[in-house]
Amino acid sequence: MAKTMPERRGSAVLGVDAELARKLLHDMLLIRRFEEKAAEAYTLGKVGGFLHLYIGEEAVAVGATSVLRPDDCAISAYREHGHCLAKGADPRRVMAELFGRRDGLSKGKGGSMHLFDAEKRFMGGHGIVGGHVPLGAGIGFAIKYKGGDQVCICYFGEAAVNIGAFHETLNMASVYHLPVIFCCENNRYGMGTAFERVAAVTDVAEHACSYDMAAELVNGMDALAVYAATQRAVERARKGGHPTLLEVRTYRYMGHSMSDPLHGVYRTKDEVEEQKKRDPISQLALKLKEEGALDQAGLDALDAEVRAEVEEAVKFADASPDPDSAELTTHVVAD
Amino acid sequence: MPTLTYRDALNQALREEMQRDANVFLMGEEVGVYQGAYKVSRGLLEEFGPMRVVDTPIAELGFAGIGVGAAMAGLRPVIEFMTWNFAVLALDQIVNSAAKLLYESGGQFPIPIVFRGPNGAALQLGAQHSQAWEGWLSHIPGLKVVAPATPADAKGLLKSAIRDNNPVIVLEGEMLYNTKGEVPEGEYVVPIGRADVKRAGRDVTLICHSKTVAVALKAAEQLAEQERVSAEVVDLRSLRPLDEAAITASVAKTNRAVVVEEGWPHCGIGAQVVDVIQREAFDHLDAPVLRVTQADVPMPYNKQLERLAKPSPDKVVAAARRVLYLD
Repeated sequence: MAKTMPERRGSAVLGVDAELARKLLHDMLLIRRFEEKAAEAYTLGKVGGFLHLYIGEEAVAVGATSVLRPDDCAISAYREHGHCLAKGADPRRVMAELFGRRDGLSKGKGGSMHLFDAEKRFMGGHGIVGGHVPLGAGIGFAIKYKGGDQVCICYFGEAAVNIGAFHETLNMASVYHLPVIFCCENNRYGMGTAFERVAAVTDVAEHACSYDMAAELVNGMDALAVYAATQRAVERARKGGHPTLLEVRTYRYMGHSMSDPLHGVYRTKDEVEEQKKRDPISQLALKLKEEGALDQAGLDALDAEVRAEVEEAVKFADASPDPDSAELTTHVVAD
Repeated sequence: MPTLTYRDALNQALREEMQRDANVFLMGEEVGVYQGAYKVSRGLLEEFGPMRVVDTPIAELGFAGIGVGAAMAGLRPVIEFMTWNFAVLALDQIVNSAAKLLYESGGQFPIPIVFRGPNGAALQLGAQHSQAWEGWLSHIPGLKVVAPATPADAKGLLKSAIRDNNPVIVLEGEMLYNTKGEVPEGEYVVPIGRADVKRAGRDVTLICHSKTVAVALKAAEQLAEQERVSAEVVDLRSLRPLDEAAITASVAKTNRAVVVEEGWPHCGIGAQVVDVIQREAFDHLDAPVLRVTQADVPMPYNKQLERLAKPSPDKVVAAARRVLYLD
C-alpha cells in the first residue's frame, strides 16, 4: 500500500488571505464542474477519443498556479484540463477543443490531450508519458537564456518517474540551474498499475537526491499546502534558477480515462470512497466555513456561478462549427 | 571562391547564423570544450560562450527535448547528435514533439529547430554505428529533411535550416567532413526543397543524395568512358520536401533512371522517388526504374563484407547498363 501522507503543519487556512482561499475554492469548483460536464458530454458522444479526468486532483493545479505570474509557463501531460483552466484559459474554448470544434484552443486539431494556450503561457497538453518533461526544462532553458525571471512548472504523473526522460531531464535541469518546478502528481496508479508494484523507490521526492535537487513532499488534497510548497519552489527558481521536485500526493476518483473502470480490478470501491473523504474542495470549503470566511449561502452562490460558467462553455462548444475541411492541411509546416 | 572542407563549411554556417541571430544556440555532446566530436563546432565556444554552445551529458532524448522546449519558448536551437545512430534514442522528441506541436496546437507553436549530425556508414564501424535514417525521418509530416553532398550545399542548406520556422533534419556524413569544395563567402543560402543537377546528361538519370552523389558521379564517369553513355546526376539535396519537378524533368529528358541511396531498400527514399517517376513521368519511361541501395542486412564489420553491402560506382554502372538494355 502507498504510504500515508504525513499531516503538514502550517497549511491551515489560519493566517492565509481569505481572498486567496476563496479564489482557490472557485478555481477548484470550476475544474470539478467543468469535468463533470465533460464526462456527460463524452457519454453523449460529443467528446471523442480519450478523456482523462482530473476529478479529485484539483488542489494541485489550482494551488500551484495561484503562485504563478501570467508570464510564467506551465506544461503538462494528457490529464491537463485542470492545469489549462487554472492557468487562465477560457473554459468555452477548452470545452470547444474537447468537442473538436473550430473555436477550440487548438482549432479542434488537438483534442482533450492537446490543449495549448500560447497567450496564457500554457504549453500543452502532451500525450506520451514523460515526453513533455524535457520540454519543460527546455522552456526553463529559454527563460534563463533570455535572462528572464519567469519560471516553468512541469506537471506529470508518478508513472512518468519510471521513464528515462524524467531522469535525463532532472539531471540536466540541475546541471544547468534551470528555473523549473517539476510537479509530480502522485495519484498512486499508472492507469491500473499501483506505483509500488512497479517502482523500486515509491517516495518520488527521494529521486531528487540523485540530482542534487531540492524536493518537498506535499499533501495534494490541500490546496493551501500545495500553494505554500509551490511558493517556496517558485522563489528558489525565480531567484537562483534552482529547480525543485515536488511530490504532491493526490488521488484520482475516476478511471484512468472515461473508457476505463473506476475500480474493481486494481483498487477497491472502499478505497476510492475513503479517499473522497479527503476531497480537496469540501475540505477547503469546510475550513473557510469554520473560519467564518464563507457561509453555506456564499458557497451555494459560488457553485451556482461556476455552474453557469460551465453551462456557457457547453453552449459555446455546441454552437461552434466543425473546422473547415481546409484545416486538414494547415499548420503541418510553418511559413 | 575559397575552398573549404565540408566540416568548415558547416562551421562557417553555424558561426554566421549565431552572429546574425542571438536566439540561435548549439547544444549537444562534445560541442563545446572538446570542439565537436568531428570538429564542426571548432572555435564556437570561445566566440559565443557556454550559454550558446552547450555541452550535454550523453542523453539524446533529454537534450533533444530541451531543444524542442526552448524552441517552443522562442529560441532557435541547433541540436547536434554525435551521429544519427544515437538519435534513435531521441526519436520520441523528434517525432512526437518537434514534428507535431505546430499542428496539434492549431498553429500556436512553431518549432524552429535543427537536428543535425552525421548519418549513414563510415568505415568498419559495425551494425549499430552504420545506419542511414532518411527513410524514417522523411516519413514524418511536420519535418523537413536535407542531406547536402558538397561543402557549398552544406553551408547553404544549414543556413536555410537554421532560418526555417520548422524542425529541419540535417543529415551530414563522417566520410564527407574532410571533402573539399568551393564555398561562397558570407550570405549564401540554398533553398530547402530544390534538387541540383550535379552533372548534365542525356541517356540515363542517376538520382542520389548525400554520400551517394560521389558514387553516382564516379559511375557517370565510368559510363562515359566505358559505355559512351551520358548520365545525368540529380542530387536531391532535400528529401522532404522532395523536388518532384526536378526528378520529372530529368527523367522526361533521359527516359531512364537509377536511384542510389545509402539506406536499406524496403520503404527507402528510392521507393518514394520511384513513385514520383511512375506517377509524373510514366509515358517518358523506356525501362523500369532500378535502385541501388545498401544490402538489406545490418552492416557487417568485415571490410570485404562491408564493401559488398554498400552502394558503389560499379553497382550503379551495372544498374544503368540494365536500364539501358546494354546487358
